[in-house]
Amino acid sequence: MGSVPISWFLTLSAVLFALGVAGFLFRRSIITVFMSIELMLNAVNLSFVTFSYQLKKVDGHLFSFFVMVVAAAEAAVGLAIILTVFRNRKTLNIDDVSSMKD
Amino acid sequence: MDVVIFLIFAIIAVACAINVVVQTHPISSAISLVGVMGSLAVIYLLLGAEFIAAAQVIVYAGAIMVLFVFVIMLLNAGAEATKGRAPMAHLLGPPLLAAFLGILAFVVRRLFPREYTAHFGGFTHGTAKDVGRALFTTYLLPFEAASVLILIAIIGAVVLARKEMD
Amino acid sequence: MQLWLIPALPLVGFLVNGLFGRRFSKSLINAIAIGSVALSFAWALRAVLGLDLTHPYTERYFTWIQSGALTINCDFTVDRLTAVMLMVVTGIGALIHIYSIGYMAHEGGYYRFFAFLNLFMFFMLTLVLAANFLVLFVGWEGVGLCSYLLIGFYFDKKFATNAGNKAFIVNRIGDFGFSLAMFYIFKNFGSLDFGAVFGQAAGKPESMLTVIGLLLMLGACGKSAQLPLYVWLPDAMAGPTPVSALIHAATMVTAGVYMTARSWSIYIHAPAAMDAIAIIGIATAFFAATIGLAQNDIKKVFAYSTVSQLGYMFVGVGCGAFSAGIYHLMTHAFFKALLFLGSGSVIHALSGEQDLRNMGGLRKKIRWTFLTMMCAAIAIAGIPPFAGFFSKDAILLAAHHRAPWLYWVGTITAGMTAFYVFRAIFLAFFGEYRGHEHPHESPRVMLVPLAILAVLSAGGGYLFKVPEYLGAVFPRMEIPEDPALMTISTLAGLAGIFLAWLMYVARPGMADSLAGAVNGLYTLVYNKYFVDEIYGAAVVDPVVNGSRAVLWQRVDAGIIDGAANGVGDRAQEIGGALRLLQSGNIRSYAAWVLFGSVVVIVAMAVAGGVR
Repeated sequence: MGSVPISWFLTLSAVLFALGVAGFLFRRSIITVFMSIELMLNAVNLSFVTFSYQLKKVDGHLFSFFVMVVAAAEAAVGLAIILTVFRNRKTLNIDDVSSMKD
Repeated sequence: MDVVIFLIFAIIAVACAINVVVQTHPISSAISLVGVMGSLAVIYLLLGAEFIAAAQVIVYAGAIMVLFVFVIMLLNAGAEATKGRAPMAHLLGPPLLAAFLGILAFVVRRLFPREYTAHFGGFTHGTAKDVGRALFTTYLLPFEAASVLILIAIIGAVVLARKEMD
Repeated sequence: MQLWLIPALPLVGFLVNGLFGRRFSKSLINAIAIGSVALSFAWALRAVLGLDLTHPYTERYFTWIQSGALTINCDFTVDRLTAVMLMVVTGIGALIHIYSIGYMAHEGGYYRFFAFLNLFMFFMLTLVLAANFLVLFVGWEGVGLCSYLLIGFYFDKKFATNAGNKAFIVNRIGDFGFSLAMFYIFKNFGSLDFGAVFGQAAGKPESMLTVIGLLLMLGACGKSAQLPLYVWLPDAMAGPTPVSALIHAATMVTAGVYMTARSWSIYIHAPAAMDAIAIIGIATAFFAATIGLAQNDIKKVFAYSTVSQLGYMFVGVGCGAFSAGIYHLMTHAFFKALLFLGSGSVIHALSGEQDLRNMGGLRKKIRWTFLTMMCAAIAIAGIPPFAGFFSKDAILLAAHHRAPWLYWVGTITAGMTAFYVFRAIFLAFFGEYRGHEHPHESPRVMLVPLAILAVLSAGGGYLFKVPEYLGAVFPRMEIPEDPALMTISTLAGLAGIFLAWLMYVARPGMADSLAGAVNGLYTLVYNKYFVDEIYGAAVVDPVVNGSRAVLWQRVDAGIIDGAANGVGDRAQEIGGALRLLQSGNIRSYAAWVLFGSVVVIVAMAVAGGVR
């Protein structure tokens, strides 16, 4: 019955987060970018649960729960926005929706 | 035993995450993301977070990712285009990521020496009962606010996604 | 006794005439202006007669400044010295106001003139009534302001406005000395109140008192036109003649003498400063008299005469004969004001002509002006029994008592005084008329003040025994009467008159041939020793050019504007650089966010003590 050092969980969380950021920075499709964001949120969830274990309190789980709620809401609205953008611009390329340039 | 389980599912999670980032077609990324979420659910169980693990699978993998897949299919998103410039991202991204990861790993190593460990069954207060109790007592206000948030999200999504009235 | 009414009445006149005078009729303006001054005179008379002035009488009104150790109250005080000054200022002021009705009748800006004149009276009376140095300084500065306003009254003439500027700026140099004196007094005495300062003066070290005395003297040199700060007074003749009479003969320029006499407690214990005053006084008297010999503008002659006579007053004060100096102040006010008003009458008669060479033979055409001016001329020449004799002799006797050479230079100057005044009289009133105008006598409103002043010039010495009156104020000074010295000075005066008669009436060509014989000297004197040119080259031009080249172009335009513009330019450059961040590219934004978050993580880690 081995025990897993807690730092491993956190390292996993950091790696997943970094992968999410990498996806955000280097992918050109809006939907993939969105999925990278979800990946980042998951990584953070893992972090919360880990700390909850370490402090032996249930509050971390609650945080995680709310993150999930917000992620759901965000996903819903965000995908709706993507739909609208696709309808108007006919493209899913993130570099083409840059009309907020000076 | 726990170490083995953790390692297996950690590797699966990382591999699926890399797949999310690397694949060109969005649908492949979506499926990989589902894989990430499943592995994470197992790891949650390892940490005694039963309710969260179940919520992860049901809500995240079951609802949100399904929504993603719906939209990908609706938009008929194909493989990603290869053109597009973002000089700053390409310039700053890799070194910053490396720095980011390095610093986090370093901090974690420093703050959590080897003695802190986790094993299955070490934390038993992650049941639905415990989470529910905390949710309806200490976290009542965020709970209610979250329900309002969901309501707003529903209305927003409906308004944004409907077709123009003609 | 409500002393504050004395200056307040002219102030009210200034406000009413200044604010509303544009719409008033001439008679209403006259009534307000002259009424206020006349009432002020009456009230001052009441104060002087009603109070027992063997001790000073002070009225306190309000605390003006209360700051740390510095407490300045607005106080007015009256003693016998103040009484003399009050009578001179309000009395002669009233006469000149009346005269101005006639003189300024055809000038533009009528209400403005009387408003400024009333304002001047307010400041001068504040100066005279002040009970501490700062309130006196308020009056001091105020009369300087009014002098500037009135010299430049004809503001559309460049030479008038230049003269006003010159007066004000040169005065400021003197005021700088006065201010330094006040600072030094406050530092050492802890108060600026006359009572406090003069009471403690005896116990202070002589070097300190000498410094204070010299600094006050610098202020007096500026205001009373002594060497080296006299240059503004001749130029001040650009103003209307009543202004020259009131401000630059009778009242404002005497403020320096008054202030010096008032500070006698300081000077008594600082003999070096008193000697300096006497020397500057006699030098100025002699110097200005020589310039007056050769001037052709009638007002300039009398201007240099004023500078010279002020020098006499300072000689008196510097030799310890304070009451003699004030005595001469009073008699000089009478006859100098009369000389100026009389020349104003002549100028009025000739419709603006001021050059003596274009006058002549006017004694038959403007009899009254001629007769009154003769009274003044005899008085200034120091011929007994006219008023000037008594006062000038008191000063000369005191000078001889101090140092005989002062007396001899003073006597020679008296001779020159008699000469140039009578030269002016003879050139203007005797001989044949050399001009082209039609001389007509002045209206009665101008002649009555002339007559009153003539009576005062003639009999003022008897009517007002000033030295005895002021004996209670100043320390005793025993000077034996010396009939020989009095005779010599009178003879000097007569000699001057005779020489003038000889050169300008009996043998008219003599003056020109003499001038030709000493051509170099004559040119030097005629051009006022080129003092203005010297000041211009030595002081004014370097300052102006230095200001232009260094301060304006380098400092103001270069450094200050450069800094202000530079800030704007840098901001613009930084903004231009930061603008490039807004590329509209979401991935770039994300990269920057990552950058920021890495920085924050590092910062938090370090702050959390992770090393």
